[in-house]
Amino acid sequence: MTTIAQRFGPYGGRYVPETVIPALDEFAAAYDAARDDPAFRAELAGLLRDYVGRPTPLYRAERLEAEYQAGPIYLKREDLCHTGAHKINNAIGQVLIARRMGKRRIIAETGAGQHGVATATAAALFGMECVVFMGRTDMRRQRLNVIRMNMLGAEVRPVDAGSGTLKQATSEAIRDWVTHVRDTHYVIGSAVGPAPYPEIVAELQSVIGIESRAQVMDAEGRLPGTVVACVGGGSNAIGMFRGFLGDGGVALVGVEAAGTGISSGLHGASLGEGSPGVLHGSLSYLLQTPEGQVAEAHSISAGLDYPGVGPEHSHLRDAGRVRYVSATDDEALEAFGALCRTQGIIPALESSHALAAVAREGRAWGTKGPILVCLSGRGDKDVDQAAEAMGIDG
Amino acid sequence: MADGAARLREAFAAAERPLLVPYMMGGFPTLGASRDVARALGAHADILEIGIAFSDPLADGPTVQAAGQVALDAGVVPDDVIALAGDVRDGPPVVLMTCLNLVMAGPPERFMRAAADAGVAGLIVSDLPCDEGDDVRAAARQAGVAMISLVAPTTTDERLADVAKVAEGFVYCVSVTGVTGGAVSVDDDLAAFVARVKRAIPLPVVVGFGVQTPEHAAAIGRFADGVVVGSQLVRAIERDGLDAAAGLAGAMAAALRGDGN
Ligand SMILES: Cc1ncc(COP(=O)(O)O)c(C=O)c1O
Repeated sequence: MTTIAQRFGPYGGRYVPETVIPALDEFAAAYDAARDDPAFRAELAGLLRDYVGRPTPLYRAERLEAEYQAGPIYLKREDLCHTGAHKINNAIGQVLIARRMGKRRIIAETGAGQHGVATATAAALFGMECVVFMGRTDMRRQRLNVIRMNMLGAEVRPVDAGSGTLKQATSEAIRDWVTHVRDTHYVIGSAVGPAPYPEIVAELQSVIGIESRAQVMDAEGRLPGTVVACVGGGSNAIGMFRGFLGDGGVALVGVEAAGTGISSGLHGASLGEGSPGVLHGSLSYLLQTPEGQVAEAHSISAGLDYPGVGPEHSHLRDAGRVRYVSATDDEALEAFGALCRTQGIIPALESSHALAAVAREGRAWGTKGPILVCLSGRGDKDVDQAAEAMGIDG
Repeated sequence: MADGAARLREAFAAAERPLLVPYMMGGFPTLGASRDVARALGAHADILEIGIAFSDPLADGPTVQAAGQVALDAGVVPDDVIALAGDVRDGPPVVLMTCLNLVMAGPPERFMRAAADAGVAGLIVSDLPCDEGDDVRAAARQAGVAMISLVAPTTTDERLADVAKVAEGFVYCVSVTGVTGGAVSVDDDLAAFVARVKRAIPLPVVVGFGVQTPEHAAAIGRFADGVVVGSQLVRAIERDGLDAAAGLAGAMAAALRGDGN
């Protein structure tokens, strides 16, 4: 039996067709063995250092502090990772495990395209076949990343069902996995899915929080008062929070997508507005109809446009350890513009949701100590969409 | 309350040939028309399997997904499909097939009671493996609805032993490593898989996924206790109409009887 967490409180589990259960067992066993293998750890650490560019910097954003009249504000620069977001931390780790398991084919789902690019990158690095499932709507709004995946030698498979976003892409990826499970590893891109995925993804992303904690201590001689991250499926957030869960005095804030406003009904706030249910293999908070049909999420940010969330976040929500709030499309765009102007950093629209929460609440947080923001990715992929929304001509 | 597992056992005991289990999607092509589908297919069925459409099915291929989407777009809800089962309760025993979240949203106690009240004998939940869902199984037991387990070619002997502890009614062998709607290859591997399941679990074994022709059915009937025919019937309804689909079901039943062999 694996030592990897299967549940977080009542949440998590393995609600998938029986066909893939042995593959989940195999993945858990392979990860268990790898985790204790110094050679694996050294290989992963080496790749994170020399290929991904870790540790990523911690940067004090002083002009943003002036803009928000809050601070100190520190940005954890996951946007400076190779490929432009935290997603590569997970993709590299999982592809290494896939190679140990002797799998030749890699599949992934992607919303914003960052996880697809990260997986295509890792597959190219190890010479593996890679297919990425992406909703048609997301292919349009994150076109740059579709081009990148193609350049990296991955096949991007459009998913036309429903709203053509992350939910449908994930369902399609799981169905492909059910069909090709013997030779294929499914690299899930967030801390979601059936066990052991949520725990493995959280562990692979925990490098964010572990580095950040030491870096803030170095810079300030104290812990942050508040740590904030955006929550789509929840991988950058859980990776960051894992560094601080044991520090009771550190307030943790997760920011979901409020879309065009919670009251409009068009949002992605599963923790704020959803109820427990089963989607994509685990029990967690979910946007759903009273009959249990999964609802469509809405967000300007493709990476947060998902009606589910990782099971550990559901547990942390119920336990009150993390406070989950939300930011609207407009608030995110405003924060996006503010970081561009004040710091010369173009953030991802996902990460802009975390910044928007600082804009709104930062002054109050500042009194409790430094604010640490997970800048999960860069905004190159979003420039077309943001320019249009902001009325900027090319 | 009638014991669903016992009614399914009787269906196997009463049949003189391997059972035919046609699958239909509740609410396809319309809710009204699916009553006619249930009766037409039921005429050839030993057990009738009715799907309840879910927004994000993980085990369905394109054909069943599309049929489910038609039902969802028309606003069909689980209670509609349970009512449909109730309408045809004078026919062969009905088993429902769906995904876990619809049962959980029920919640399970209410879902199972409604199903049992409609005369439903069993329930197949495609994303509920044997080591999950104690609460759902308890609710089913309370209501007298048999929880039917799925096993796949990838299922190890060790797991088959676990499935044996919770399986009720019959065991549903997924013929292929994959989703519904492909084509089964009836070969030694499939026969060996079914034999492996029969050794591990003392229940009738039914084979489904990819059974498309009377020849498939007859060949599988030589080593299994029944076959499920799904996507091919859905396709037939869509392309050629209900009479053609019923004709296919009739031909399958004849093939299982050994007619024309
Ligand atoms: C830059 C960035 N941040 C955040 C997310 C949201 O995912 P998660 O909540 O798993 O970190 C994405 C997803 O695509 C992303 O690209």
